[in-house]
Amino acid sequence: MSVLKAFGAYLPARIVPNQELGCKLNRTPDWILDVSGIEQRRYAAENESVADMAVAAATQCLERAGMTAADIGLFIVSSGSTERRFPGPASIVANRLGASSAPALDVPMASAGGLFGIALASQLADVYGNILVVAAEKMSTVATREPMEQGVAVLFGDGAGACVISRGDGASRIVDSVLHSDGTFAEDLRLEFDAPLAMNGRSVIMQASRKIPGVITELLERNRTCPAAVKIFLMHQANQNLIDRVAKALDVQPAMFYSNIRGYGNTSSASMLIAASEWWQSPGPAAGDLICFAAFGAGFHWGALLVEA
Amino acid sequence: MDNRETIISILKNVSKKNSVPAADESLFDSGFLDSFALPDMVGELETAFQIKIPDSDLNPRKFETIARIESYIENRK
Repeated sequence: MSVLKAFGAYLPARIVPNQELGCKLNRTPDWILDVSGIEQRRYAAENESVADMAVAAATQCLERAGMTAADIGLFIVSSGSTERRFPGPASIVANRLGASSAPALDVPMASAGGLFGIALASQLADVYGNILVVAAEKMSTVATREPMEQGVAVLFGDGAGACVISRGDGASRIVDSVLHSDGTFAEDLRLEFDAPLAMNGRSVIMQASRKIPGVITELLERNRTCPAAVKIFLMHQANQNLIDRVAKALDVQPAMFYSNIRGYGNTSSASMLIAASEWWQSPGPAAGDLICFAAFGAGFHWGALLVEA
Repeated sequence: MDNRETIISILKNVSKKNSVPAADESLFDSGFLDSFALPDMVGELETAFQIKIPDSDLNPRKFETIARIESYIENRK
């Protein structure tokens, strides 16, 4: 048994509106809004790293949990946009938070990394106690690398989210999770070193449109519940049109899917944790509420996780 | 209605266009289908032809033209 103790988030100060990006890409702000639901995104400062943002989100999360790094038995840090091959940011984040020698695990997984991190932590909490899961992305550096592709550059923003998972029963209990991976279409969404992000948008949308509702249905059915019984869906903020499509496939109102993509863009693996951090603060869960997390991303990796408040 | 007529009927419904592209014309390049209309098209094909299109077949190239869709459907039936 494990529970979600607290969330935290960090978003860089610099706001990049569609107008600014549209000028560079020869596209109107309305076109960007129409194809993505995004009005603006945040970009990290040039000298602000993935680890910097991860530490900021983690610090807020630990404060909300009433913990320090000394209380954490395992750090899991996901990112698909790290600045180098190794070491990844996990050990640096743990060190900067003040941990002595607790293990720190990198999950180099874009988009679905936050969800996979929480799902793994829920299984590992019995062994490691409190686990800090952080997802941090500096997508601006990869999405705006020349030659910029319009359909890619407009989507992404920077940010970080964090969550503490603890062993035990009670409020915000992690009920169950389902994870899947399939490398059939691995080439359709990839980031090579020293190359722009490459995305076959048609393939990604077609797979995500089917796999996200599919895994949510799989999770809910095996827990003998249904989409209408869920209080809120906290999904990877990939594209507003995709979020609406998933809601339609599950036959629920789009308002049941929390969305902040209009203000932040797609922050890859950080997005679901940023959304959760915001929703948990306000309006937040009431006792007994079912909360369903879901994500899909490069690999392809996808999954869903059910929490009872 | 034969298969091609059914495919064209679905395409008109999904694309909200009354014109009909040539059988070998790209539905993407000609603006009939975008990334989000494509899954709708696939869903309607499954319903109309009473088939289940597996995720492994969800390659946009298989659905790029009316002729390719027709060929795919004929192979599946």
